[in-house]
Amino acid sequence: MPDVVVIGAGAVGAACAYYAARAGLDTLVVDRGSVAAGTTGAGEGNVLVSDKAPGPELALALLSRDLWLGLAEDGVGDGGFEYEPKGGLVVARTPHELAALTALAGAQAEQGAEHVVVPADALTDHEPHLAPGLAGGVLYPQDAQVQPALAAARLIRRGAERFGRGTLMLRTGVTVTGLLRAGERVTGVATDHGDILAGAVVNAAGTWGGEIAAMAGTPLPILPRRGFVLVTEPIREPLIRHKVYTAAYVTDVASDSEDLETSAVVEATPSGPVLVGASRERVGFDRTTSVPVLERLARQAVELFPVLAGLRAIRAYCGFRPYCPDHLPVIGQDPAVPGLHHACGHEGAGIGLAPATGHLIAQTLTGAVPDLDLRPFLPGRFQEARR
Amino acid sequence: MRPVDREFEITVDGVAVPVVPGQSVGAALHGAGIRSWRRTRREGRPRGLFCGIGVCFDCLVTVNGVPSLRACLTEARPGDRITTENER
Amino acid sequence: MTGTYDLAVVGAGPAGVAGALSACLAGLDVVLIDGATSPGGQYFRGFGAPNRATPGSARFARQWETLTARAAVLLGHRVWAVEHTGDGFAVRCLEGDREERPRTVTARALLFATGAHDRPLPFPGWDLPGVLTAGGAQALLKGDLVVAGRRIVVAGTGPFLLPVATGLARAGADVRGVYEANGRLGLARHPLLTAGRAAEALGYGLGLARHRIPYLGRHAVIEAHGHDALTHVTVARLDAGWRPLATRTVECDTLAYGYGFVPQIELPVQLGCLTRQGTDGAPVVAVDAGMRASVPGVYAAGETTGVGGAPLAEAEGRLAGRAAAADLGRHVPPLPALSRRAARLSAFAAALARAYPVRQGWQDWLRDDTLVCRCEEVPLSAVREAVSLGARDARAVKLLARPGMGWCQGRMCGHVVAALVGDDPEPPRRPIAQPVRLGDLANASPQAPEPPGGPR
Repeated sequence: MPDVVVIGAGAVGAACAYYAARAGLDTLVVDRGSVAAGTTGAGEGNVLVSDKAPGPELALALLSRDLWLGLAEDGVGDGGFEYEPKGGLVVARTPHELAALTALAGAQAEQGAEHVVVPADALTDHEPHLAPGLAGGVLYPQDAQVQPALAAARLIRRGAERFGRGTLMLRTGVTVTGLLRAGERVTGVATDHGDILAGAVVNAAGTWGGEIAAMAGTPLPILPRRGFVLVTEPIREPLIRHKVYTAAYVTDVASDSEDLETSAVVEATPSGPVLVGASRERVGFDRTTSVPVLERLARQAVELFPVLAGLRAIRAYCGFRPYCPDHLPVIGQDPAVPGLHHACGHEGAGIGLAPATGHLIAQTLTGAVPDLDLRPFLPGRFQEARR
Repeated sequence: MRPVDREFEITVDGVAVPVVPGQSVGAALHGAGIRSWRRTRREGRPRGLFCGIGVCFDCLVTVNGVPSLRACLTEARPGDRITTENER
Repeated sequence: MTGTYDLAVVGAGPAGVAGALSACLAGLDVVLIDGATSPGGQYFRGFGAPNRATPGSARFARQWETLTARAAVLLGHRVWAVEHTGDGFAVRCLEGDREERPRTVTARALLFATGAHDRPLPFPGWDLPGVLTAGGAQALLKGDLVVAGRRIVVAGTGPFLLPVATGLARAGADVRGVYEANGRLGLARHPLLTAGRAAEALGYGLGLARHRIPYLGRHAVIEAHGHDALTHVTVARLDAGWRPLATRTVECDTLAYGYGFVPQIELPVQLGCLTRQGTDGAPVVAVDAGMRASVPGVYAAGETTGVGGAPLAEAEGRLAGRAAAADLGRHVPPLPALSRRAARLSAFAAALARAYPVRQGWQDWLRDDTLVCRCEEVPLSAVREAVSLGARDARAVKLLARPGMGWCQGRMCGHVVAALVGDDPEPPRRPIAQPVRLGDLANASPQAPEPPGGPR
């Protein structure tokens, strides 16, 4: 019998399993599909501090970025998952935007987020192909990128190799159909492949985390927020060095609107293509391609980098971010359901925040004092709000 | 054979290649005995025509400076300058 | 931009032309769209040239002539996306083979007659220059009057190999052999004979004999050799499951091969049309007796509903065109003979597909370093590694090892990766069906609202 069953083999589930195994817990990861088959496989692999509001989320992001760096340096080459400490460049189109951006960067710096203000005439030193006429920008050297599917898969593999194949196991194609209970306490999961008893259950089901919580009769208001990514033809010489986006992205991330919002996020990848994100819409789990969304992404990308106009898009895909109304992830034990720990609801930041989430969950599981104050992330906040 | 309009020439890296009007760039090259005109970006493998009908993208070529055109779908025009080894 | 058509037909092969013509004759305002600069699709490619022996060419030419007098025709227009509009559909095209101007066509109904492409199997050396698909060799010959090589080996499975081999031989190539991985044509219960098409079978046999082309069943090319171009192939005798029993070498400069066809259905899939598994396992558009897809206003005909050849494609096109007209309120008298003909041809196609299956033994031809994905240069070992990392299906393998991520978007390897993980191929999800420049995408529809800008 494992000490912990982790539901979900995305980046967050993989990190929870890795750190739980590292803490000496026998850990089993189950997923109804493959590793990284949900939102992890549809993301760009953002490891960002730049887009985080000062406060608890930025603290989580800074801790997580340090852990990603450690995991990458601990592995072979790029960590086995294309870790790129490329840095992020946020550009402002107007002096007004630039003022807001530098003010934000100043507040972020108080928590330890590094930045360099880039005046308009120095932008092309950092990104030679940027459009003229921008007001300036802020460079965030701590921003990085990973290949998210590989990151999740390799974390699980590395944990198994390092801490023992009996300590960290992965079972794919196993669907959780219910939670096993002994009174209030969760004692394992019921699956389509039989019951699995465990000392604790971690809900790392991402956008589907609310469904797992519902099995325990506990509310977790996680909704899908659809995003499209455009992928270009592969190119030999990277045209773009950093993750580049407009200041509007920060306000879009923090927005509560159900309507479509897009703000160009442009970057090159080690495998060759340029990725263009990021749209946000709350339309349920609808996978139908929206040509207008793709058009807007293309238009904004070309506005930022006119050189992209001649590059061909060969692919587009969408995913569903796990969206919480207050834009903070849910990390910690459910106050109403002992033994059930939540690690989901990271919206578009799940890859970046995965290691810190896993690390904090492992500390909770072993009774250690968490490295961060978990109160802003605790699932009880939704239950309190309902009272 | 089809009543042939006058043949014309295109150049491949500066070398003249004859074209029957209506032929694709890929067909003209293949017909002239040029079997590959691109190298893959990872391992430098040679590539030319494979599917011949625009679905495999092996035959990408640069025509008059425009990169990444499918040679099998691009009808040759008199004077076209084809350049190889130019994948971005 | 023109006004809204009653029906937009995508694909100017036998199904599309017949469908567009039937719809026109029933009173619809029709536009026919094709990426190629001349009509015919793959089967009637170059049909206008004299001395082309493709059966049915004259009939197709008459249909084409009648159609062009009655319908709008947009050749050289590649469709990269289709989408629902309020009361119909928008067809997003790129016009021109190099300038690529974006153009949008709107219609109340859509007929997809987008055909199929070869289904290649991987083997060591399959990416060497000189290795072509059978359809590619045929396209060179029919459309470009280019003989694919001097000394040519033809291999794969299915009756399509025979016209390819005889066509190449007639054009002057030395065809070194036809290697059919399944049983040879000529069996007493062969579908061609039971369908009353003995003359066609006989014609192929005579063609092979006239050019002294060896025709061997239970044989396959399992490796291609050469440095920068093909010099010879390894031919293997196969057991019933296609595992190699004995091998020998055949010198050649060209290999033309194919293991059946993959219907091109990404456009109807974009609209959410349901698919079903065809006789050979490949996903095809699910249609009713009137070729109606599951999405109202969408029709599919020809290879998109199951690979069946030109005569069936034409019959299905006519059914679809008539159904579209009837559904838009035109008076269309019933034509039961047409439905019977389509059903008969469809049964024949299914029998052929069953006679030429792809057996799993081809996986034994691969080595660890054999490329599975040509575009991203993904070897078999990387696919196996992805499976060991926790990939259960083709999509997860793609995420971890990149097969299908490149230029062709899995058209050449999607069925291969699915087979390697023990799955049937999934319907292709390709929101962008043709590469489109970001600049063109940005300007594809100037009427789209401007995005909100600036911090709020």
